[in-house]
Amino acid sequence: MKLPKTWLDEYVELDVSPRQFAADMTMSGSKVEEYYNDGDKIKNVVIGRVDSIEDHPDSDHLVVCQIDVAGERKLQIVTGASNLKVGDIVPVCLDGAHLPDGKVIKKGKLRGVLSEGMLCSLSELGLTLGDFPYAIEDGIFVIEEPCNLGDDATKVLGIDNVVTDFEITSNRTDCYSIIGLAREAAATYDKKANIKTPVVKGCGGNAADHISVAVEAPDLCPRYIARVVKNVKIGPSPRWMRERLRLCGVRPISNIVDITNYVMLEYGQPLHAFDARFLPDRKILVRRANEGEKITTLDGTDRVLDPSILVITDGKQPVAVAGVMGGLDSEIKEDTTEVIFESANFNGPCVRKGARKLGMRTDASNLYEKGLPAYQTKLAIDRVCELVELLGCGEVVDGCVDVDNSTEKKIDLKLDVERTNKFLATSLSRDEMVAILRRLEFDVLDDDTIIVPAYRQDIECFADVAEEIVRIYGYNKVEPSLFKGSATTTVTAKYHDFKQKVSDALASLGFFEIKTYTFISPKLYDKALLADDSSLRNSVTILNPLGEDSSIMRTLTMPSMLSILSKNYNNRNTDVALFEIGKTFTPTGDANTLPDEKSVITLGAYGNLDFYDMKGYVCALLDNLKIKDVSFESGTDLPYYHPGRCATLKVGDTVIGRMGQIHPVCADNFDIGSDVYAAELSLETLYDLVDTDITYIPLPKFPAVTRDLALLCDDELEAAKIENVIKTESKKLFEDCKLFDIYKGSQIPEGKKSIAFTITLRAADRTLVDEDVDNVMKRIIKKLVADFGCEQR
Amino acid sequence: MKDKIKAISELVEQKLSEANDAASLENIRINYLGKKGELTSLLRELGKLSPEERPAMGQLVNEVKQRLEAELDQRKASIAKLELENKLKNEKIDVTLPAKEKKLGHIHPMNIVLREIEDIFKEMGFTIADGPEVELDYYNFEALNVPKDHPARDTQDTFYISDNVVLRTQTSPMQIRVMENNKPPIKIIAPGTVYRSDAMDATHSPVFHQIEGLVVDKGVTFADLKGTLETFARKLYGTDTGFRYRPHHFPFTEPSAEMDITCFNCHGEGCRLCKGEGYIEILGAGMVHPKVLETCGIDPNEYSGFAFGLGLERVVMRRYNIDDLRLFTENDVRFLKQF
Repeated sequence: MKLPKTWLDEYVELDVSPRQFAADMTMSGSKVEEYYNDGDKIKNVVIGRVDSIEDHPDSDHLVVCQIDVAGERKLQIVTGASNLKVGDIVPVCLDGAHLPDGKVIKKGKLRGVLSEGMLCSLSELGLTLGDFPYAIEDGIFVIEEPCNLGDDATKVLGIDNVVTDFEITSNRTDCYSIIGLAREAAATYDKKANIKTPVVKGCGGNAADHISVAVEAPDLCPRYIARVVKNVKIGPSPRWMRERLRLCGVRPISNIVDITNYVMLEYGQPLHAFDARFLPDRKILVRRANEGEKITTLDGTDRVLDPSILVITDGKQPVAVAGVMGGLDSEIKEDTTEVIFESANFNGPCVRKGARKLGMRTDASNLYEKGLPAYQTKLAIDRVCELVELLGCGEVVDGCVDVDNSTEKKIDLKLDVERTNKFLATSLSRDEMVAILRRLEFDVLDDDTIIVPAYRQDIECFADVAEEIVRIYGYNKVEPSLFKGSATTTVTAKYHDFKQKVSDALASLGFFEIKTYTFISPKLYDKALLADDSSLRNSVTILNPLGEDSSIMRTLTMPSMLSILSKNYNNRNTDVALFEIGKTFTPTGDANTLPDEKSVITLGAYGNLDFYDMKGYVCALLDNLKIKDVSFESGTDLPYYHPGRCATLKVGDTVIGRMGQIHPVCADNFDIGSDVYAAELSLETLYDLVDTDITYIPLPKFPAVTRDLALLCDDELEAAKIENVIKTESKKLFEDCKLFDIYKGSQIPEGKKSIAFTITLRAADRTLVDEDVDNVMKRIIKKLVADFGCEQR
Repeated sequence: MKDKIKAISELVEQKLSEANDAASLENIRINYLGKKGELTSLLRELGKLSPEERPAMGQLVNEVKQRLEAELDQRKASIAKLELENKLKNEKIDVTLPAKEKKLGHIHPMNIVLREIEDIFKEMGFTIADGPEVELDYYNFEALNVPKDHPARDTQDTFYISDNVVLRTQTSPMQIRVMENNKPPIKIIAPGTVYRSDAMDATHSPVFHQIEGLVVDKGVTFADLKGTLETFARKLYGTDTGFRYRPHHFPFTEPSAEMDITCFNCHGEGCRLCKGEGYIEILGAGMVHPKVLETCGIDPNEYSGFAFGLGLERVVMRRYNIDDLRLFTENDVRFLKQF
């Protein structure tokens, strides 16, 4: 919301710099985004008079002018403009002048003739025809304003004005108005804002004889006021009004339209003006639109309506979309002679939905959406009529047609000095609180009842009043203190620590942590080789995504990991190992139920490693987390792993994760020209399996015995199966078993392999003798021969 | 005999002085001082002497033997020392040759800073809470005093899953979940991912991170809010940090504030970084709105509380002077290894 200083001056005069004003207003609760003066962008442009015009000796389209700028001598300026005549008053750029577009004017020669400056057009000064309707679009701006030669053009033309731009929070609809901000400024500086109630003289008659109003949908239109102005003379509005509109970013059009815009800025109440000729039955009917009903709005667009949209009709046809935009047919034209002004209160959500549905948001709809108080419709329409009389552009018919179904929100609020002080940690007296509230135009009665001004719809409870008091008292004056309350213990905290432990362990293993988006493109499922009917494709879908690439919530983390590996591969980073602890989202029902959110530890790497390196990392992590008895079973249910090089990780019957080489086709789909190894583990499952009870086991007192065992067995036989036999047959003596050699080739028959283990045995209570060890070895071999047809080598 | 002793003694001394490695010393010991050594055999010859001579000569031999043994030990030690010195000298390496690569990974910069923030709050007695990212409209908006059609919904560009389910636009819904499931006293922070439909550029992302804080108990005041946030900010930004609170509006707090800290570039003078303000906004906060407490079944006449929300990305970007948000999700290892 833009606030020109000159407009503010009308309500409250302040003697502060723009910078200080911005700081003070921000600290009292009206945040200033910026303040500026368009005049600062223009330098060395003065008022001059054309004293002579001569042809340029060397050009057909240039002329040489002598310009009087009340300097020591006249300036010679060459121009191509053809609209000049001797005696014209014009804006003159002196040597070194700055223009709003950043251009700097220097003296120089044009076709051999000295030109000591430049004459300006409207647009070169950042102005439009709306600002000075008597000027011409193409050509030098011939000024008709009262001024003296040599005056600063920015002052003469009203460009030299400070504007402060505020960011208004959604609760303060009253501050989307000049008056609202003036009230805040007055409260900030402890002054009284000079706000007058509009006075309309009137020309007799009765508005009700000219127009009737009926509201079919009072829920959507709590109040509708119409007033009538006859003998309208359409023309430009006066300069002061045009100037204020321009400073607020509104284009001046004509007196009647400008008045409605001016009052909207001033009071924050949207208004509309209808040409009475286009209400043939002198009737206004406010109703829901019919399905498929059409209107051409002011912007020339044909719109199709439906019953969720409220329209103003002439009894039959829509003439405006309520609260959004008027119709083209009934707009004010140059020959308009009778005007019906509308000042209405429309239901905010209805306007919001309508504006969205029609894809147009206007200044009016933006205001209505926020929810406006109904009482201000009357003030605003009276102000419109007051301005009509002030500008002399029509005769206001007495009376108004007012269909009022509005109800005032009644709230019962009392000032509780003690509670307020306790809440804010202040020690203000009742008098001090009352004084602050009065600055804000609240009143406090003797029984502590608080009377809230009608425009402060946001004040509803104790805390609201406390905020009013503390923001004017000063947030920064409250002495900080530390609350020594105790913490709530949540389960999350422990889980959170576990998660950090996982990250630290993986970082210590050389993995880099990444963060990826949880929404992905469904195309990633194709790249990850998911079957068309895979249940993993069933994803939570965003109704309004930014694009297809981010349209579903992932059910898998691996595609995101592979995308990042791909980026790194294609950035020529070698030997990359990454991890992420990220969420997956699995639908549990329809779109109205929350999905199952699970955290997955995802590892991915390419470069100098193989399956067993990745397995080593996974095992090191699990060991660090105290996850015991993990088994690796060949194969997974996921299509993006190499079918012969992947494993499902289990603890007992619980699947804790999967790992393996990424399927070469999948790696290729992600443009990774290298073998990729990956793993995914369920964080929640691991957390549940962690054995936090650690009991110390005494260090061995008796020596261990190691024996090597070399076997010839089927190539297909998994090493883990042999290890299992070694373990179970060693019984209580088992300490360790390490595979140290595996060999295929010469001397080994086709389809067989040689495999060798070092077995470590130890008894807790004695030194083992050869007999003990021999017995164990015999048992192991016997079992291996029987179960798997192994041969001892 | 005496002469013999003297001769051996002199010979041994000479040999000792000539010996310059452990092996020759050992030879000397065996040849002269060992069981079968010359000096030892002299002792055996004592029998041939007269009983009068024997004690004196025996004593002499022993004295010489002890002296020579001591000299030998000394010599041995000095040679060992010399040998060690030589060995160490020969083992000298060029320490400026490159290191053998040992890989440690890295934690993502966002999580490094997040942990630091979490640790600060943990020290202050806060615990950590969690909540879903795909959230019910009720928790994300309605329970936070933002009913359907509330204008504040417009300023938060929400990703919808259905009419009732959204991608949470803020970490604040976790406040509601914590208050529903726990009785005061409550003192938590809840970090998390949030979503808003902003197109990606250097300073905007549809996915970003917030840290929510909530304290509810009897007698919690606006001053407690300030004290807590200032303690936090001093730990994160340094003890000389200055503060400023500006009134603001959040539907779920009242009074609401935005907290600024003195610009760490210009220390409050005003510079380009802080757009001449001297201050930089770091978080939004406020006293929990009575309606929100009531919604969660907490009596606002008995309890009060404060809440705050801090954007993580901006803290991290300032900490490391990162000027492009996209680096965080591109995850190039050349970027990641800098932290």
